[in-house]
Amino acid sequence: MTTAGQHMISGCGAGIKPAHYRDILGQEPTVGWFEVHPENYMGAGGPPHAYLTEIRQRHALSLHGVGLSIGGPNPLDRAHLDRLKTLVDRYEPALVSEHLAWSTHQGQYFNDLLALPYTQETLNLVSDHVDQVQEHLGRRILLENPSTYVRFEASTIDEIPFLKEVAGRTGCGLLLDINNVFVSCTNHGESPESYLDGFPFDLVGEVHLAGHAVDGGGDQGLLIDTHDRPVADPVWALYTRVIGQAGAFPTLIEWDSDIPEWPVLAGEVARADSILAAASSNEGARDVA
Amino acid sequence: MWHDTAGQFARSLIDPDRAVPDGLTGDPARFNVYRNNVAVGLQDILGETFPVVRELVGDEFFSAMARAFIQALPPRSPVLIDYGGGFADFIDGFTPARSLPYLADVARLEWARHESYHAADAEPASIDVLTGGNPSDIENLRFQMHPSLRLMRSDWPVASIWQAHQANTASDLSSLPEEGEQVMVVRPHLSVEVRCLEPAAFEFAERVASGTPLGRVLEDSNDHPEWDASACLGALFNVGAVCRVV
Repeated sequence: MTTAGQHMISGCGAGIKPAHYRDILGQEPTVGWFEVHPENYMGAGGPPHAYLTEIRQRHALSLHGVGLSIGGPNPLDRAHLDRLKTLVDRYEPALVSEHLAWSTHQGQYFNDLLALPYTQETLNLVSDHVDQVQEHLGRRILLENPSTYVRFEASTIDEIPFLKEVAGRTGCGLLLDINNVFVSCTNHGESPESYLDGFPFDLVGEVHLAGHAVDGGGDQGLLIDTHDRPVADPVWALYTRVIGQAGAFPTLIEWDSDIPEWPVLAGEVARADSILAAASSNEGARDVA
Repeated sequence: MWHDTAGQFARSLIDPDRAVPDGLTGDPARFNVYRNNVAVGLQDILGETFPVVRELVGDEFFSAMARAFIQALPPRSPVLIDYGGGFADFIDGFTPARSLPYLADVARLEWARHESYHAADAEPASIDVLTGGNPSDIENLRFQMHPSLRLMRSDWPVASIWQAHQANTASDLSSLPEEGEQVMVVRPHLSVEVRCLEPAAFEFAERVASGTPLGRVLEDSNDHPEWDASACLGALFNVGAVCRVV
């Protein structure tokens, strides 16, 4: 297991969509690394594995799971863990991550990342589940802060102390999704800057950026984590702030729906890269001074 | 405790008539974001797997049909590649779609293509594997078909309907054949092939694919003068439908 803060990959990457397989293999290597949802590669064969194998031969890869239901009250699905292990063994990803969320209840899968209350009970549960995942995979994972639309009266712990405690107990790292921070804080009337000021950057192994929607149904205070458009300006501003404060993190642009032409997505990656580059040259200037 | 809350949350997610779960803070209407994410996310996945069905009925009808399917048969696994296998049978029993009696078979063809796309990989065999052996050995040969091979028979011109809805073909449904079609779906390498077979060639392909030794298939051919065994066999190898002879 690698220690926190020691990054297995660097620079900026993009989520892989089948529409971009050929673009990615044909590009000059401007985008350095890639991420997939492992659930989309749990078929036996065919083009998904053929293209991913070829991409993996040229680039580092991250597996970002959406199906383990780590925050769910039921035991983890052993068959799903086995499938994930098979992919980890096959593709040797630099990073493996999952969400502080749940998606399965009594065998039914909900295809969304659902919120959970933050209590001693769920803290124990999530920590046990993360332990089991890391033990099964034989490696450290990163756990992502979620976008949330509701909160629970039962919650007794704030999200950041919850994440810190899970990391402290299990040795897992954190995936900081800055769009999720913006979406959740806006939805709950809180300051994303204050949230980020309290985030344990020493535990962060990866950063996510994505686009979100403002609810069209009249609830102007409601943001939805849609991954269907460019990263919003306030999220870029928060990213610049985080990188300025905490230094560079491997950063991924997620775009999962209304998929654009590849140059649009590559442009988002280049924008993140330029923010990293500007921050590192500032750091260099400080070092000289 | 969390188990009970999650159960209530889960039940309300898929049943829009059920009340928002207890114990949430803030505006209860925001629970609908989760309801919407689940419903639209799964509808979109079905729409990607069944694009011709969606085109045939239109987006609005498709969404309503998909929603009814999702409520009746929600996913049981986070591997959504496997979700939608029951859609064709569901359409068969879906009363509002009764005026399109071929719709379920179009869904069967699209599911066959989907399965074929994700099936295990294997190198197709060349017909040369049949040459050189002595005749008695050849009689005992069995064919191992490509894992991506799917054979389906329809009372409707299902492959022609499907073909008319592909981007690279002019959509001309006026010249559709009147008879049913027998379809072979196979993905020897990266792209899924959809082929229409003559009834005789289809029966021959089914016989070969069932693992019957070649000698028996050839004996059967005597009762089926319409089977052109060497042409049928050649075509199966040509399209990459056979991967081993054992």
